[in-house]
Amino acid sequence: MTIDWVSFTPGGALTGGLLIGFAAAFLVLTIGRIAGISGILGNLLPGAAAARPGAGGERGWRIAFLLGLAAAPGLAAVSAVPMPPVESVVDWPWLVAAGLLVGVGTRIGSGCTSGHGVCGLARGSLRSLVATLTFMASGIGTVWLLHHVLRVPA
Amino acid sequence: MKAIAAFLCGLMLGVGLIVSQMTNPGKVIAFLDISGHWDPSLALVMGAALLAAFAGFAWVERRGRPLLAGELALPPRWPVDRQLVVGAALFGIGWGIGGFCPGPGLVGTAALSVDAAVFTAAMLVGMVAANRFAAGGASSARRSFSRQPSDNAQ
Repeated sequence: MTIDWVSFTPGGALTGGLLIGFAAAFLVLTIGRIAGISGILGNLLPGAAAARPGAGGERGWRIAFLLGLAAAPGLAAVSAVPMPPVESVVDWPWLVAAGLLVGVGTRIGSGCTSGHGVCGLARGSLRSLVATLTFMASGIGTVWLLHHVLRVPA
Repeated sequence: MKAIAAFLCGLMLGVGLIVSQMTNPGKVIAFLDISGHWDPSLALVMGAALLAAFAGFAWVERRGRPLLAGELALPPRWPVDRQLVVGAALFGIGWGIGGFCPGPGLVGTAALSVDAAVFTAAMLVGMVAANRFAAGGASSARRSFSRQPSDNAQ
């Protein structure tokens, strides 16, 4: 392993990380909820508890949160925060497989990088610790397999 | 008020993902690629986010209740079950393939990235499939059980 010092961006990483953490702190302080994106989104979709009739009070804050997330690129543009490229390193069939796995996995596993990796670890959740170690390990293993063993063009 | 708080949280989180460059899937894969030229930026993002979130959770849990809602609605910290581990493992595989997790998928789509939109569309399909699967497996006895998988999603 060698560290890629050229690509390393400590300033942006620390600033962005603090913003993510403050956002999570803000949500739990104000409305007492976990800022976990897969849960907030997934619970609005068909088949979820909050999507059932009578769970209307569960929907408003989730929709507002997602609208805020969607407004972020616009705010970045008007405040001259550079938007990094959002370009896939793999072809579309791989992206579709990735999306399906992330969708199914985050619902079955009750969370993603934000819910488990940030909020869950911050509140000392054993479930989130196990989940985070698991998805980090399977993510690292998958990248190793694809780019160093199978050599999928990136 | 709750919706405004949730909107601001989503906005701050989204800007954090942009500033930290986590919306760039190549950056995420460079972090997961520990056997190549490793880019440690994401470790700093998580570290900084954890620090800020930890302060927020410690404060609100000592306070006992959030500012704008009656009570904290936080998922259980334990026990670890098979669903959690299997779900997290699948999520990690998808994350390693595409370099997108749910937040960057949504923010990238809002930034009009076609790649992010392809990922996000597949992710939504996966989430609905998992929701339906969980709901379909729930008997009437399971429905009366207070902790359904979709309820304790982070």
